[in-house]
Amino acid sequence: MNLNEYLQQANQLAQECQALLDGLDATTRLDTAKGQLNALRDARLAELQNALRSLPADDRRAAGTAFNSLKQAIQASLDTFVSRQTAATSSKTFDATMPARASWRGSLHPVTLVIDEISEIFRELGFTVALGPEAETEWYNFGALNFPPDHPAMELHDTLYLGEGTLLRTHTSPVQVRTLQRYAPPVRVLAPGQVYRRDFFDATHAPAFMQIEGLAVDEDISFVDLKATLAEFARRFYGATRRVRFGPSYFPFVEPGAQMDVEVDLGDGKGLRWVEILGCGMVHPNVLEAAGLDSERYTGWAFGMGPARIAMSRYGINDIRVLYDSDTRFLEQFAQ
Amino acid sequence: MIVSHEWIKQFVPHSLSAEEVGEALSRHCVTLDGIEALGDALKPFVVGLVVEAGPHPDSDHLWVTRVDDGSGELLHVVCGAPNVVVGTKYPFARTGTVMPSGLEIAKRKIRGEISNGMLCSARELGLGEEHNGILALDTDAAPGTPLLDVIRLADWRLDLDVLPNRPDLLSHLGVAREVAAISGTPLSLVPRDIEVAPSQLPAITGERSAEGKYASVHVHDAISCTRFVGVVITGVKVGESPEWLRRRLESIGQRSINNVVDATNYVLHGLGHPVHAYDLKTLSSQTIVVRPTEVHESSLKTLDGTSRSVAQGTTVICDGSKPVAFAGVMGGLETEVTAETVDVLLELAVFDPRFVRRVRRSVGLSTDASYRFERGVDAQDAESVARLAAALITQVAGGVVQEVLLVGAPVAPRKAVILRPSRLARLLGVAVPQEQIVGILTALGCVVENEAENLRVNAPGWRHDLGMEVDLIEEVARLVGFDRLPDEVRPFRPGTAPDHPLHVASRRVRDLLVGMGMSETRPMPFTAHGDADTPRVLNPLAEDEPFLRSNILRTLAQRAEYNLSHKQGNLRLFEIGNVFFPRAARLPVEEVHVGALVMGARRPVHFTEPSPPAFDAWDAKDIALRLASSAFPGEVVRLGPMGGRLAWEIVVGERGVVGTVGEVELDRPVWASPAWGVELSLGVISSDDVAAAGKHSHRAAERAMTSSPVRYQPLPSMPAAEFDLALLVPDAVNASRVEEVIRSAAGDLLEGVQLFDEYRGDGVADGVRSLAWRLTWRHPERTLRDKELEGRRAKLIGILEQELGVRPRAS
Repeated sequence: MNLNEYLQQANQLAQECQALLDGLDATTRLDTAKGQLNALRDARLAELQNALRSLPADDRRAAGTAFNSLKQAIQASLDTFVSRQTAATSSKTFDATMPARASWRGSLHPVTLVIDEISEIFRELGFTVALGPEAETEWYNFGALNFPPDHPAMELHDTLYLGEGTLLRTHTSPVQVRTLQRYAPPVRVLAPGQVYRRDFFDATHAPAFMQIEGLAVDEDISFVDLKATLAEFARRFYGATRRVRFGPSYFPFVEPGAQMDVEVDLGDGKGLRWVEILGCGMVHPNVLEAAGLDSERYTGWAFGMGPARIAMSRYGINDIRVLYDSDTRFLEQFAQ
Repeated sequence: MIVSHEWIKQFVPHSLSAEEVGEALSRHCVTLDGIEALGDALKPFVVGLVVEAGPHPDSDHLWVTRVDDGSGELLHVVCGAPNVVVGTKYPFARTGTVMPSGLEIAKRKIRGEISNGMLCSARELGLGEEHNGILALDTDAAPGTPLLDVIRLADWRLDLDVLPNRPDLLSHLGVAREVAAISGTPLSLVPRDIEVAPSQLPAITGERSAEGKYASVHVHDAISCTRFVGVVITGVKVGESPEWLRRRLESIGQRSINNVVDATNYVLHGLGHPVHAYDLKTLSSQTIVVRPTEVHESSLKTLDGTSRSVAQGTTVICDGSKPVAFAGVMGGLETEVTAETVDVLLELAVFDPRFVRRVRRSVGLSTDASYRFERGVDAQDAESVARLAAALITQVAGGVVQEVLLVGAPVAPRKAVILRPSRLARLLGVAVPQEQIVGILTALGCVVENEAENLRVNAPGWRHDLGMEVDLIEEVARLVGFDRLPDEVRPFRPGTAPDHPLHVASRRVRDLLVGMGMSETRPMPFTAHGDADTPRVLNPLAEDEPFLRSNILRTLAQRAEYNLSHKQGNLRLFEIGNVFFPRAARLPVEEVHVGALVMGARRPVHFTEPSPPAFDAWDAKDIALRLASSAFPGEVVRLGPMGGRLAWEIVVGERGVVGTVGEVELDRPVWASPAWGVELSLGVISSDDVAAAGKHSHRAAERAMTSSPVRYQPLPSMPAAEFDLALLVPDAVNASRVEEVIRSAAGDLLEGVQLFDEYRGDGVADGVRSLAWRLTWRHPERTLRDKELEGRRAKLIGILEQELGVRPRAS
């Protein structure tokens, strides 16, 4: 075989392969098509490959290029057939509109979603998460937090008692004292947790509910820091254009005591209005002293808020019991 | 606390609108819960002129009238009032008007006669108690004029959320003082309503007793009653109150009773001192004795007509022979002021808050008086307010003040507080000019003196809450206005406390379960199940669930039952919460647990799988393994069978048993599949004291558990070889035991052991099952030859038969 014959045979085989594949019906199975193609080409391709060696050295280069082009041409013909075949058969065999094979979607509780979002913002502002026990001593829950013994302020917290001097915490504020006793300032922590009140379980009250507490204590922490941090939180949580205001309030463990109101739309058709979002204030010197800190050296601020209330207004829930029922049809609405 | 805008103006003649007052108070003083224009409900009513009136043809007490309501048409209106007079104007409700009661006036037939509206009584309009007839209007206004233009009600009611630290705000005077301080308007301690000058008679005084010509007062219990002012007024004429006094009380929702009682209520709500008027004649020996109760006399019929009793030792007010009032709570019926009363003994006392709380709890009755005493009234102005109260009584009921009796030790001056402007600047973050500080504190009633660069401040008697420097800083801060302080972000140092390890573990576990398709729940954590040792709430409101739970799966089972009752059988619920275990004489041991419950379809229905299999024990086992590995990263997790059923203990590394997994028993309808549950303890959350009160125990941080680093295994370069081993395993032999033997007998080259089939039935004897394993082998340096594998298979089969009586299944 000389070079000319070689080139001609290669060209011939490429054309025959293309003719074979082009001539097949588009619905021909792929393995049938490949079988016919192999029958046509395998022997002749092997022959051409072997023939390369018998060609004079000068021609080998041109023949080799031709051989590679031949293989590429056959592959291109096959690719064309495959895409023709896919187009022809898929519309008959598959209905691409049929549903995916789904797996169950898990969900976080709406109150958790709110706590997470709050925690995320405070984490950005330098806070870590602290925890404390739900069964507490009267001292951590009241005494250390500057509640005067036998004072009407205690009645703001109708308490569930476990025994003499022990109770279910009525707020997450005991975590403030535990954290300040455990870690030396600077302390910047967030304390989410379940708290308990002696309340009937109805549409607007629950005897156990979540609260989230924040605490920052260091030298030279001032009311300006409180305002800056909480206003920044409000802007990130509710949107940068929301108006925020601070007014006086009273909690025995902070002084000055304040509350932060944010102008929000509760989605009830009444438009924007001021809503109290959290209580806050400068940590009372008696609380710092109860935790063994020098209140002349250290100052701090704290806040507390109710994520369930926020979840209810955010998600349009008007009966708090829905949050506790654990109805899977409710929970799955928050699937991720 | 409800206050009237007009009443406040009696003390401070400011020019702010009610809305401005409300706004100012909520920014500087107290949260405004609501503001209501009085008479707003009366907006739709108009003046109606009765043009004709005749008897109803079918009734002996109804009238048929024709009313001019200014519409140009005379309306037929049926009226039941006995006092309807032709030519008189009355408040008229057109059809469509909504009454204050919520009733809408519609056109209707009354015994056959059409009625197009209603002529109204004072009570129907919420203007008073009078309901025996319609309210005749003395006015020149034309029919159709809005009623509000005719009766000048214009007042506003402000609802203030007064917190326990500020009892001084429980009166109009107290609120007016704040308005004066905020607005810079002078305050008058005597309301303009009181026109009679207080009596200047010298008081008859004594530390324990005061005896006058008309009456005597003895305080046996000077701890509970620190001050008692009695004023005798003779010759009063009990009757209706003047209109202005009725309106004051009605403006805050109080009912008028008679002039003397109304005057005492005016003093209570206006000046903040509960005062009580006795009919002097009914007091035996005209004597008042304040003392603890003795057992036999602890019952008293109070003003509201109910017989009540108190525990022995609580404070009562007695006359010469018997109790006449529960101290600080309520007076008795027998000695109250009635229409026959001529001489009055007025009581203004200062009781210790703790004693009044005891009386109130014992009697089981909270009143406007007890509410104020429990929070503390001012002892300093007791006498002057008592004289003012007596003056008001003589103004509205006549009579003469005969004597003033004052029992009690002199009021000790309050300790001065030093306020350092430098400390104020440090706490607030900005300095406040010294003159402004002095101005604010002075407006609030403090006496302020300079002392070097600091201020020496004496707080007034009505401000029990101003005892420390920080209390004064708060006063300055709120009157400057929190909103006036800057809110710029300033440098701060990061905190030393790391995330609590249990929080970190909870987050990890929670995200894993959500990723596995489970829904987080937050159910009510109390339970009905418990025994004598179980930690419980001593004073639960719902007696059916007083116990603290020691496990979460029980709660989840109940929540699953709730879902089943709503025909929801595909459940994947989890909760992370605290549980409690008894510990003698201390707080219970508290642990953070995670519980997960699955039942029903393992996957949603798909057209390729119309009935997906239900969750079973093997799913639960996997959830347990993954949960435990996620909770305790890097530790060895093992599930130990719990004999006789498909349940396991979860064993983690050195910790031992941390939880269980198995079927959950619950009330399950026939259509529902079994429920499987996992419960795991993430760890104990300590409730021990961190340090003693007033001490700290600062230590280095404990960081959350993280997994120990994994060692990388070089990837194999030689191919693996595998063969299957089908074995007939007697029921007495566990699969895990077979695997153990395989592993120990196979040597280093065995790479993997995978159980892939279990079979019982034809071809396999009873009491035996066929189990099939796929064994993967690999030599690190060369390809394994078939002969080598055959040799290993034969050796394994021999050892298995010898050690376990397990034989290969003939294929």
